[in-house]
Amino acid sequence: MALLSITNLKVKVESKEILHGLNLKIGAGEVHAIMGPNGSGKSTLASTLMGHPRYTVTDGSVKLGTKDLLGMRPEERAAAGLFLAFQYPKEIPGVNLVSFLRAAYNSVMGARKKSFKPVPLYTFKKQVQEMMERLKLPLSFLNRNVNEGFSGGEKKKVEILQMALLEPKLAVLDETDSGLDIDALKTICEAIAEVRKPEQSIVMITHYERMLKYLKPDFIHIMIDGRVVMSGGKELAKKLEKEGYDYVRRQIPSSLKML
Amino acid sequence: MSGALDYLQDLDRSVFDGANQQSYALKAQKGLSEALIRRISSDKKEPEWMLAHRLKSLAAFLKMPLPKFGVDLSDIDFESLIYYAAPSEMGGYATKWEDVPDDIKKTFERLGIPEAERKVLAGTGAQYDSLNAYHKLKEEWEAKGVLFEDMDIALQKYPDLVKKYFMKCVPLHDHKFAALHGAVWSGGTFLYIPEGVKVTAPLQAYFRMNAKSMGQFEHTLIVVESGGEAHYIEGCSAPKYGSTSLHAGCVEIFVKPSAKFRYSSVENWSQDTYNLNTKRAIVEENAIMEWVGGNLGSGRTMLYPCSILKGRGARADHLGVAFANAGQIQDTGAKVMHLAPDTSSTVLSKSISKNGGVNVYRGLLHVAKGATGAKSQIRCDALILDALSKNDTFPTMRIQEDDVSIGHEASVGRISEEQLFYLQSRGISEEAALAMIVNGFIEPIVKALPLEYAVEMNRLIEMEMERAIA
Ligand SMILES: Nc1ncnc2c1ncn2[C@@H]1O[C@H](COP(=O)(O)OP(=O)(O)O)[C@@H](O)[C@H]1O
Ligand SMILES: [Mg+2]
Repeated sequence: MALLSITNLKVKVESKEILHGLNLKIGAGEVHAIMGPNGSGKSTLASTLMGHPRYTVTDGSVKLGTKDLLGMRPEERAAAGLFLAFQYPKEIPGVNLVSFLRAAYNSVMGARKKSFKPVPLYTFKKQVQEMMERLKLPLSFLNRNVNEGFSGGEKKKVEILQMALLEPKLAVLDETDSGLDIDALKTICEAIAEVRKPEQSIVMITHYERMLKYLKPDFIHIMIDGRVVMSGGKELAKKLEKEGYDYVRRQIPSSLKML
Repeated sequence: MSGALDYLQDLDRSVFDGANQQSYALKAQKGLSEALIRRISSDKKEPEWMLAHRLKSLAAFLKMPLPKFGVDLSDIDFESLIYYAAPSEMGGYATKWEDVPDDIKKTFERLGIPEAERKVLAGTGAQYDSLNAYHKLKEEWEAKGVLFEDMDIALQKYPDLVKKYFMKCVPLHDHKFAALHGAVWSGGTFLYIPEGVKVTAPLQAYFRMNAKSMGQFEHTLIVVESGGEAHYIEGCSAPKYGSTSLHAGCVEIFVKPSAKFRYSSVENWSQDTYNLNTKRAIVEENAIMEWVGGNLGSGRTMLYPCSILKGRGARADHLGVAFANAGQIQDTGAKVMHLAPDTSSTVLSKSISKNGGVNVYRGLLHVAKGATGAKSQIRCDALILDALSKNDTFPTMRIQEDDVSIGHEASVGRISEEQLFYLQSRGISEEAALAMIVNGFIEPIVKALPLEYAVEMNRLIEMEMERAIA
């Protein structure tokens, strides 16, 4: 049984339909890439999965394992094992990173396990330290306000730090690669590969091919105008790596004007 | 936000709303009369000049009208209030913790002042109704000549010092409630920092109203001599009662040349209280005055700490947070008078309105002719949590000098859906996420408080966030 099943998903924002019946299945331990041009609805899909209140589901279903995600609040989805690395992580003025991370960790773990005891600050700091070193994030970031004044790359690293902490079953990475220089991209991808447990699934959303080199996806989906128009395995990845979107253009002539 | 938030997790709101079983020796004398004023003064064995001051104040009070701005005070029934009370079991004040009655000890412990903390504190004065339950100053400061006393005791022990300053900063004719205060004041804190003495640990006092329908009129008189430095902090919480209580305290601070003083307070009086406190400082040459205030409680608050920058180069910083929940009007602000050249001031006010609560920022900036080079930065940020709640800003500027630099900024915001979603996507419940954002909003002010107060402030905010419309 698939870990995540999306069936005929239709989503609208402010009375405009963005996703027009999207289907996708992700198995446990698989790495998927969703690619597509700007405006094709990739972030809309990610936000809808996480339960953003502004995105209204008008049809279809989304299941994580046997659970119906669509009836759950965002915090319940997080506890159920879904994680979203934001394309644009939000700043929270006046809230320092370590207290935010600890609140998130204690909430998620507490919801998953009845016997879980909130981790005291000191122990928690030690726990995140190793991961921060791996991501080449200075420890002083713990005392800074969440995402305030962080560079684009630092914000993305902090998203991955949260992913590592919260041990999701499925992590959706929305354009984690955009705005990164090649060194930061490499650091992040290596960190993801190192902390990832074999049963964890990853969906990376991107519109470049460069992230595919580091996190070799098992499946690739091409999304255009609110639908998945083409899916394939490693061969598709190779073709895209070599030929870029030209390959898709040739396969689906109707998509030409979109690309 | 403090990482030590769990610290007071066990503390719940009932702590602030639970009344102790008390027997009042001077029970239930309601209303105001010359006889009562004379009795207060003779009970306290006051010098003649203080009785005269009280009587003069009473006469002024009876003549003066209610303020014509701010909240509607016409509901206050002056005849049904108790103006003076003292717990019967206490004959004076305790100098040792062991001498403090158990009942009272328990109250302080529940309020989060554990015995162990005394070691850290430079001294703890605590007003229990009108008498001080516990008053001790660490020997090292005593040796340096620091005086930290209950105000009634200070009047006995240092009559000349008290007479020199008492109600010279806030004169009895200032307004109706200053006059009332002058007539019926009782207890409070006297703090004297001698020349050049720097007290590093904050000096603390905890106030608590307990008798039903009791007004609290404590007087705080602080003198910091030239080059002295100190930080004084007080918090108060009152038990819940059915009838209206009036709080008209007075804080007078004299900051002498090159001295530095910080006054912090967390006010959390119960919902049925009118909080009409008058707080003012006179700041001399090159001296610095800092106000840090949190107003969470009281149904009606009118509170505008004032700095009079009298000497060249004097500076004042005002930091304030106000939280207005259902049924509350928080009419607060800051007043700064620049009377001398090169004086500077900053005001940072943050307000949160929820469940129909109303916040009003009422500020006054006065720059007198001749106060050349005066600088002032004023910033008011309001956070409105729902469509029922309100915020208003009335900044008044009276600028009589041209050579000045003045900035004023105001913002009104709502909780951002994007921030809330971000926190919730990390498993944090909507309620906890809201509290986190609100605590983040007031963080620039809370971080100026000592840790235990910052923690309590964050906890109080969380409790307010949990409170639904009654
Ligand atoms: N919150 C929103 N409000 C209005 N329109 C939106 C919103 N989110 C997305 N859209 C619209 O939906 C379409 C898809 O956007 P998005 O999901 O961000 O695409 P992608 O991530 O693939 O670039 C775009 O036309 C965009 O303008
Ligand atoms: Mg996007």
